[in-house]
Amino acid sequence: MTQPILEVEKLNIRFHSASGTNHVVRDVSFTLGREKLAIVGESGSGKSQTARAILGLTPGQVSAQKLAFDGQSLLGLSNAEWRKIRGRRITMVMQDPKYSLNPVMRIGDQLLEAAARKGSRAALKTRALEMLQAVKIRDPERVFRAFPHELSGGMGQRVMIAMMLVTEPELLIADEPTSALDVTVRLQVLAILDDLVKTRDMGLIFISHDLNLVSTFCDRVLVMYAGQILEELDAKHLQDAKHPYTRGLLACTPNLENPVAVLPTLQRDPSWMAPVDR
Amino acid sequence: MNDNMPMVEVKNLDVTFDTGRHRVRALAGVSFAIAPGESFGLVGESGSGKTTVLRVLAGLIRQWNGGITVAGKPLTPDRDKDAKRAIQMVFQDPYGSLHPKHTVDRILAEPLQIHGIGDIENRMKDTLEQVQLGAAFRFRYPHQLSGGQRQRVAIARALILRPKLLLLDEPTSALDVSIQAEVLNLLAKLRHELDLTYILVSHDLAVVAQLCHRLAIMRTGEIVETADSEKLAKGELTHPYSRQLLTASKGFDRAAIAAFTDL
Repeated sequence: MTQPILEVEKLNIRFHSASGTNHVVRDVSFTLGREKLAIVGESGSGKSQTARAILGLTPGQVSAQKLAFDGQSLLGLSNAEWRKIRGRRITMVMQDPKYSLNPVMRIGDQLLEAAARKGSRAALKTRALEMLQAVKIRDPERVFRAFPHELSGGMGQRVMIAMMLVTEPELLIADEPTSALDVTVRLQVLAILDDLVKTRDMGLIFISHDLNLVSTFCDRVLVMYAGQILEELDAKHLQDAKHPYTRGLLACTPNLENPVAVLPTLQRDPSWMAPVDR
Repeated sequence: MNDNMPMVEVKNLDVTFDTGRHRVRALAGVSFAIAPGESFGLVGESGSGKTTVLRVLAGLIRQWNGGITVAGKPLTPDRDKDAKRAIQMVFQDPYGSLHPKHTVDRILAEPLQIHGIGDIENRMKDTLEQVQLGAAFRFRYPHQLSGGQRQRVAIARALILRPKLLLLDEPTSALDVSIQAEVLNLLAKLRHELDLTYILVSHDLAVVAQLCHRLAIMRTGEIVETADSEKLAKGELTHPYSRQLLTASKGFDRAAIAAFTDL
């Protein structure tokens, strides 16, 4: 695995409006191999926009020195070229199954639509059922016929993961995929993602604000603040972070074993924002 | 009210939702007591009934069986304004619980008008100060506020009626950790200063450890275990389900996940 799945160099995203330009992602660079990479940061730090830019889904103006997937540049692709990649080779799991599944379509039909491959309906259905089984759904036949409102949040989230599994992506972007789930279900869903990275050589970008979870689940962590990457860390060594922002985030997280009387709050420093030329 | 009397006493609370086709027993004989000034956590996964307990206490669910007393007075499904005023609730999502077309001023004035309290100016000033929002916030709309500021407004709306018991339904789960820390600190300070009693519903054991003195762990409508926060911090919970929650709260661990039962 010498060739990285994804290379991002100096990615910038700007939103233009009548009141001026909002520069939401500033000179973000990273590469991704067959690994679990976390992007953490507060809301508004630009982590979701970065992920969306990789799929060509941000409404903002994207510019980069390099944005390449499996050696192929993603800059300036036509719609037809995007369709060959998006949803097939790169897929995304969204945060909330309640809003991401079509409420008036049966789960099975949604899975078959995601598969969107040639082949008999029966063969596709067998595959879809296998995928539901792979995400540990007990009664795949029932879920296949069910509508989203008949499933719990945890089941809905697992269905969304099955839906992306069926396309066998090389890169999966998961935007807070488990924050709506109960703690035990959350870990079970993560175990499924972990298996995929290991057995299918998939790359995973895991967007989260849960530092504790990220440090135990991912391989590497990018810490974003105000559109910039402040620090890149080995997930195992997240507790030894150097940057005051990362340290601040770690300190203000309540600790089950050592609760403190008053939680430290985060003091932000304008100097964390490196100047960006152009 | 004497000192030994609990602020809240719930005995054999039973709630069944019946739609004709389905019957769901949401609460099956829940009992607990909370001392005045105590902060009590209700923990459990979705569907465990923790929010149902809050909704019964808040008067949002009116069909229940069992006995509830608040500050020594029995609570009935139909309650008077005094009883309603004493119990106020803060909801989970500050983006959904404030009227988007009402200013902070109107949001805070409404409960006072409903309860026929005339002292609007002073109460509003005091309450905004209590939640550490300046007077400048009074004439803003919710969309002009950050998530943390909105949750402060939601807390102010509950406090402005000077309740005795505050019901907190996942008050920080929609917020960033940095903002969560500020709101948790504020809630701890307010409880101390205003002599409030809290019931906090959360699925985050660390948040409960931070804010609560005691907690009850719920599952399928029943309390499986009650413990104090010291036991929680030391990991000395005994029920297998509580232990599983505790393990899950510590992060990703393949061996532990393989041992989880009842998917």
